[in-house]
Amino acid sequence: MTGEIGQLALCLALVLSLIQAGAGIAGARPDAARARAVASGAALGFFVFVMLAFGVLVYASVVSDFSLLNIWQNSSTDKPLLYKLTGVWGDHEGSMLLWISVLAVYTLAIVFAKRGGERLTSASLGVQGLLAFAFVLFILFTSNPFLRIDPAPFQGQGLNPLLQDPGLALHPPMLYIGYVGLSAAFSYAAAALITMQADADWARAARPFILAAWIALTLGITLGSWWAYYELGWGGFWFWDPVENASLMPWLLATALLHSALATERTGAFRTWTLLLAIGGFSLSLIGTFLVRSGVLSSVHSFASDPRRGMFILLMLVAAIGSALALFAWRAPKLQEGAAFEPVSKETTFLINNVFLVAACATVFIGTIYPLALDAYNGTKISVGPPFFAITFAPLFVALMILVPFGPQLGWRRGNLREAVQTLMPAMGLAAVAGVIVFAVARPFSLAAAGAFVLAFWVIGASVLDIWRRGRGKFRALPLSAYASALAHAGLGITLLGIVGTTVWKSEMITVLKPGQSANVGGYTLRLDKVVDVQGPNYIAQRAVIDVFSGGEMIATMNPEKRMFPRMGQTVSDTAIRTTGFEDLYLALGDQRGTGWTVRAYANPLAPFIWFGGLFMALGGFASLWTRLRVKARAPSANTVPAE
Amino acid sequence: MKPKKRRRLAFAIAIVVATAGAATLVLGALKQNILYFYSPSDVLSQHVEPGVAFRVGGLVEKGSVAHGRGADVRFTVTDGKHQIPVDYDGVLPDLFREGQGVIAIGRLDPRGTFEASEVLAKHDEKYMPPEVVDALKRSGHWKEGGASS
Repeated sequence: MTGEIGQLALCLALVLSLIQAGAGIAGARPDAARARAVASGAALGFFVFVMLAFGVLVYASVVSDFSLLNIWQNSSTDKPLLYKLTGVWGDHEGSMLLWISVLAVYTLAIVFAKRGGERLTSASLGVQGLLAFAFVLFILFTSNPFLRIDPAPFQGQGLNPLLQDPGLALHPPMLYIGYVGLSAAFSYAAAALITMQADADWARAARPFILAAWIALTLGITLGSWWAYYELGWGGFWFWDPVENASLMPWLLATALLHSALATERTGAFRTWTLLLAIGGFSLSLIGTFLVRSGVLSSVHSFASDPRRGMFILLMLVAAIGSALALFAWRAPKLQEGAAFEPVSKETTFLINNVFLVAACATVFIGTIYPLALDAYNGTKISVGPPFFAITFAPLFVALMILVPFGPQLGWRRGNLREAVQTLMPAMGLAAVAGVIVFAVARPFSLAAAGAFVLAFWVIGASVLDIWRRGRGKFRALPLSAYASALAHAGLGITLLGIVGTTVWKSEMITVLKPGQSANVGGYTLRLDKVVDVQGPNYIAQRAVIDVFSGGEMIATMNPEKRMFPRMGQTVSDTAIRTTGFEDLYLALGDQRGTGWTVRAYANPLAPFIWFGGLFMALGGFASLWTRLRVKARAPSANTVPAE
Repeated sequence: MKPKKRRRLAFAIAIVVATAGAATLVLGALKQNILYFYSPSDVLSQHVEPGVAFRVGGLVEKGSVAHGRGADVRFTVTDGKHQIPVDYDGVLPDLFREGQGVIAIGRLDPRGTFEASEVLAKHDEKYMPPEVVDALKRSGHWKEGGASS
């Protein structure tokens, strides 16, 4: 019976989304107060019914209702409760239901925030309704999670063991909050074109959504990278896999959008450009979804491929991007021109930032799409290796990071370069010292690493200076938003340190050890004690007991495992990682060779910094978002915008 | 020129320069970093030169896996028609099995052995790398459902 409730809720949500779309767009006219009320009501109803459908699926998963095809395929009674909950979005159908649930939450936020005035809100709701309609239709016709099987099987097939992991439980919702948050920015942009209101108020209305999306994307990518690091057992943190790129591209554009929307909000500059970026950001989210969900890519993320799904998403993609760009081409030239600024100003740094970020996004796009296009064109199968991305990405980010510290130091409209350089002197000094130390001390010697340390400390030092300068003597009174850019920029530097540390100074060892034998890696001595069988809730593990010695003393016992999930007939490795915060010792257990075992070990200096940096960036986003929401709650007047 | 126009021009030039720079970088880098996929039959028929990096894929031939010293392992990749011997020094993926689909990245040595730097297997039991499916279909050894001779 529960399945039918979910099905019915989805059908009602479909109808409501259509009402929301029609009434919302009609409500963009000045005198259509009733249409606006209908749109808000429909949005509320949409939220209720989508949540009901989602709740039904979660319930069915928890009670293991195998009469639902979806639950039978992806769950089993012996799965731990956590993975029964999070497994709901471990498959295609469930993850699409999660997608529209997040969409419903954002829609509700648009209703209650009422930012940018009634007409803009209503038009945004209309566009959001159209997107919701397309996605619910997609779910009902190609990805229905409520399909039945008769008779109901006694036991389910179980969830892909790679997905039975706390890190991955959070990774998809985070990414979806990001992707779908960009849909809100997209809806606001389209609404601005419909109402011809692309002004500072518009940017002020859209920016919390852009910020929320950016924070979520940052956290989602950080989590995904961390998961790949400890779960896949290769010791790497980023593989330039097309699916990873699919999340990186929207992030790059969202970062550009974050800056350009800030400029639009504060001075009215970049009006049309901000609109275009908002359209582009969500378009890349859709393209990412298409790549991941259509089965054109092979990866852990691509679920059972169904050509109808790919076709549907492709159509949706063309319709959404096409109509948004057409609207842009039609209306944008009639918009009021953006405000002027001097060549030396904060706006200029934002402009260069945007150029580099968009260029970086374009290179990732080419490297990701080119193999697919070539395959579709003449069947030639190629793949683009990671060096391509490293070569194209590195120069763009070097240039970007040289620029980053100047942004916060220059004023709006007209800045003083000499003053900025003077302020930043200590950061330059710090960077130079860091570079010289790495150059002189760190081995193996690497000029690139020394250069990267200069860049990283230049950015981190400038962030510390920025807060110091603003807060001198009155740190308590400093608004949270004053920390926003400093935290986010410092995060960039911290991540760079981590990337350089693990790439340049990593020690790697792969060997076969018999019980009692030892091997060395990066200053540690590892001794395999024994390998024992362990019974888990839904797997059988072979657990290695490895004693770790450093400087002649035993410092730890580590237990990398190989887990066999009999229901799925799959084996995954469970790595053991011991971290000091500055260095990871990383062990993975391989296959059995006679009486010995393959053991893979890495000592990864600075590895944790990669993810610390991501957290810093997200914290910076939170600081900005938090202040923004507080200010809105206190005084919704246009004049009390926090300093950035 | 009016300041507004000059700014626009500067903006346009910046965009063009950045785009051209990025395009040059991208095309140059693409040229050097493309990995072609070949089935064992392709490798023989197209006379792939030793030392050129590429990806080879097919099924791990039954009974061909032999372990050498340390983590060294040798096996044969087949598409049913032709075979390529592969030499790999590293840890095999968890789902590496005889008779199952596999993709190896590396280059041929002068004797025709594929020196793999990376070996990828499928992610789960239901899934076969699409390149391998394609290679098996072309050699006529594909059977629906994933099982193959």
